Amino acid sequence: MIDYERMLNSEVKNMKPSGIRRFFDIASEMDHVISLSIGEPDFTTPWHVREEGIRSLEDGKTWYSPNRGFLELREEICRFLKRHCHLDYEPKTDIVVTVGGSEAIDLTIRSLIEPGEEVLIPEPSFVCYKPLTIASRGVPVVLETKQEDQFRLTAEELKSKITPKTKLLILPYPNNPTGAVMRRENLEAVAEVVEEHNLFVLSDEIYGELTYGDYRHVSFAEIGGMKERTVLVNGFSKAFAMTGWRLGYAAGPKEIIRQMTKLHQFGIMSAPTTAQYAAIEALKNGDGDIISMRDQYDLRRRLIVDGFNEMGLSCFEPEGAFYVFPCIKSTGLSSEEFCEKLLYSEKVAVVPGNAFGDCGEGYIRVSYSYSIRHITEALSRIEHFLRTMPGDRNA
Amino acid sequence: MDRLLTLLDENARLSVKQLAAMLGKTENEIEDEIAAYEKAGIIRGYKALINWEKVDKNKASALIELRVSPKRERGFDEIANKIMQFEEVESVYLMSGGYDLAVKVHGKSMQDIAMFVMRRLSTLDSVLSTATHFILTRYKDGNVILNTEDEKDERRSVLCD
Repeated sequence: MIDYERMLNSEVKNMKPSGIRRFFDIASEMDHVISLSIGEPDFTTPWHVREEGIRSLEDGKTWYSPNRGFLELREEICRFLKRHCHLDYEPKTDIVVTVGGSEAIDLTIRSLIEPGEEVLIPEPSFVCYKPLTIASRGVPVVLETKQEDQFRLTAEELKSKITPKTKLLILPYPNNPTGAVMRRENLEAVAEVVEEHNLFVLSDEIYGELTYGDYRHVSFAEIGGMKERTVLVNGFSKAFAMTGWRLGYAAGPKEIIRQMTKLHQFGIMSAPTTAQYAAIEALKNGDGDIISMRDQYDLRRRLIVDGFNEMGLSCFEPEGAFYVFPCIKSTGLSSEEFCEKLLYSEKVAVVPGNAFGDCGEGYIRVSYSYSIRHITEALSRIEHFLRTMPGDRNA
Repeated sequence: MDRLLTLLDENARLSVKQLAAMLGKTENEIEDEIAAYEKAGIIRGYKALINWEKVDKNKASALIELRVSPKRERGFDEIANKIMQFEEVESVYLMSGGYDLAVKVHGKSMQDIAMFVMRRLSTLDSVLSTATHFILTRYKDGNVILNTEDEKDERRSVLCD
């Protein structure tokens, strides 16, 4: 018998599988569950984009692409970053096309982090940063963000966690799960600390195009002096509803991108060719799709924020991504208890906030990447749940 | 396009409160806007989109192409006005191309519709010819896809495995 326990890499073995797995297992076995738990667009990829993917297959374009991705795609990425964020990147040296934004995150961390170096991770946030840091023998250090600061990272919190071992700051904004965005002045305050302590930044801007209201997304790399310290990660999944195509990219200083490209070359070779042809079309002719999908999300965002506030769950007004993060502390339940009871009694699935870090306790993540009809039905079930909960919380 | 009209066009049952939240306006503003649209004849009514084939098997409909001779001064208006008075007629359009009027008609059966065309439509003075196309199956009507079960959401959580 092989003793697998002894065979396996201990860092990987000790990675905790997501704590909410049990919860999803229950939900997936129940009938008539109405879910607000999914973190991807409900739109399908715009037809003209799909068509270019299909056309490339019809034309027999089924080979590997260059390791960094097709030059034409990298050129279009640079034009996109110029158009949307006023950034100048060099297509030949500053871009690597990856298998989703997630691979770009992995490559950035692995290219920068030496064993024992500390990576600052604001929470609540998406679940991949910590395990990927640990896989690189780095040390994740949590930065707490709070509802009273609109879940933004403050310079004070950042300063308080910096040690001589701090190397990299992760900036996951617009944020999953809170919907928080960092405005220019917030980024500037962070940039000052970054400069002073000579940090690098991984700015995960995958939701950048989904920013609502009058305020438009500002990339961290736009802040004076930060471009040379920043690896900007973005992709096609959220902005163009292309999750399944698995395509993202990193833009940054050529010295870092070169090292990331080596890891990408040996581990992945190149991103999917069909997806790259579709992505070229998305960048060339897809700005209108972004706007019309964003308008749809915005309507739903307003509807759902109003719905939660109306039923007495205070809901921070998110300005980005497609999640709301209402506070459920007034019910006296923990996040997981709330979600489990809601699932059993009303068959509505949402995600407990503590899945995104301990400081997400007392909140739930609710996705509005669903039709208006679906959202209204779910809201009325949640309202019914609160109204019929044992013990009068309004007493 | 007006966002309020677009929302109502998709779902006329959204409450004033919901519409106000979505559009960032007050309920009074929304009520006023709807009243103004109704008064101006822009909103002409509210009705359910019903898949009648699921309810009433004895229902047929047809698209009829009409070639007509226009009248001096009144053009096609006079004959169009006449045709739209029939209860059987669901819609009347003036078309460009090979014929003049497109008339959508419903009845209890194909026979029923055939009789209507023969006795009522083709006997009208200015009607030169008719071509009747029976509708066999409706796949999509009024922007709504019919005859399909609710699409299953195949998206899955990437948080848990």
